[in-house]
Amino acid sequence: MAKALSRQRYAQGARDTPVALSVNGRQYKLHLDARVTLLDALRDHMGLPGTKKGCDQGACGACTVHVNGRRVLSCLTLAAQCDGQEVTTIEGLATPDGPHPLQESFVRHDGFQCGFCTPGQIMSAVALMAEGRAGSDDDVREFMSGNLCRCGAYANIVAAVRDVASAGGADASL
Amino acid sequence: MLPFEYARASAVDEAVNLLAADTGASYLAGGTTQLDLMKDGVLAPERLVDITRLPLRGITRDGDGLHVAALTTMEELAADPTVVEHLPIVRQSLLLGASTQLRNMATIGGNLLQRARCRYFRDPTVPECNKREPGSGCAAVAHTARMHAILGVSERCIAVHASDLAVALVALDAVVHLQGRSGLRSVPLTQFYREAATSPDVENVLVHGELITGITIPFLPAMATSGYLKVRDRASYEFALASAGVALVTQDGTISQARVGLGGVGSKPWRSLEAEQVLTDAPATEETFREAAAAAVQGAWTVPGTAFKVELAQRTLVRALRNISGVAS
Repeated sequence: MAKALSRQRYAQGARDTPVALSVNGRQYKLHLDARVTLLDALRDHMGLPGTKKGCDQGACGACTVHVNGRRVLSCLTLAAQCDGQEVTTIEGLATPDGPHPLQESFVRHDGFQCGFCTPGQIMSAVALMAEGRAGSDDDVREFMSGNLCRCGAYANIVAAVRDVASAGGADASL
Repeated sequence: MLPFEYARASAVDEAVNLLAADTGASYLAGGTTQLDLMKDGVLAPERLVDITRLPLRGITRDGDGLHVAALTTMEELAADPTVVEHLPIVRQSLLLGASTQLRNMATIGGNLLQRARCRYFRDPTVPECNKREPGSGCAAVAHTARMHAILGVSERCIAVHASDLAVALVALDAVVHLQGRSGLRSVPLTQFYREAATSPDVENVLVHGELITGITIPFLPAMATSGYLKVRDRASYEFALASAGVALVTQDGTISQARVGLGGVGSKPWRSLEAEQVLTDAPATEETFREAAAAAVQGAWTVPGTAFKVELAQRTLVRALRNISGVAS
């Protein structure tokens, strides 16, 4: 009984968690239910639906974003945990000069079919290059293995990443 | 996910006191197990105490070994220069343990506490699970098992401890440092875990509110070779069917020191003193490795779905020993 009452109390105060985030260089101040993940905050509270919800349990990589420059899974991160942190999503990659080189390369190599996993793939690939792990096809396969593609576009994804990496990769970093 | 209150701790004492005063509270670090199980309805804390801002990050070394603060991420530990140079068993267990995204999130303390991947444990609609509901039975024993343990198990529970890192760490005699309301204590990792055979629902010696603040990894002798081999259904990004974390010191073809940890087969990260005993003072040969592997799986308890692991665990251990000793098959 005491447990049920305290749950009710938490539910009533559910929008009480203040969260200040910097996403793609823009500041957001939100009041959220503590349960809201970074993924849901981006999609439902900030109007940034580019980050995709696949499995919602940390298995598929579709929700990959960068927090403080490191790639993480936004579905297993609470928005509240990111208070004061810098977040970059797929919407933050392009510049006024055009798409990010990896975005262009995915198009050039046809690195997708349905496209649902693509934002996660590209965010993972951008981090992969910054980590210095795009030196061989095998490295790309191993260090992108947390991004599943159920259409099976893997061969073209590897080609798209390797193309940018072997071109120097310097322009590929954020 | 049921509603919960979120609190962020800024000091270790504060975090420990928040937890100790509230039996419905849990710590939140990387979240990769905690939030996953909350979404599945397996865990339902009333309050999460976010410990990610505590000053428990970083790695130092001294004569005792490597000291790793609990909130250091898997990716950070794998990249540590000492780990890269002297502890391949640790580095390989980390890199094979999860995707880069998960390694950037998951902490070393959290990795040691990760919960079972048993699909019956993770599905609250399955009524029989002694880990979730003590006394309710074990659906894995009664139904289909595959990703399950054969050592330290019984008909009460056959869930495997899924950590790769912990297998390497039990082999290295790592020590876990804990802080609770009543003070500090240090526990050898080999004595930290309980076996599912006798204790499915209580997985370790932590009392409520106790926080892992760090671990110490003693160094191997300078001459030692070590490595971690993981056998799984996919080439990457998958839990182990069987794994072996091993280290050897070999002089003139004779093994003078051996460490053997086994993963994917134990209800806790499995240290095989039986295999080490066979290896120590024996010639570094394929025959010795096979004898050690046979000793390691003595006492295996299987169900039809896990019987294959008795052979697989032995082959995995033999190959791991071969890899680090240069002995040809």
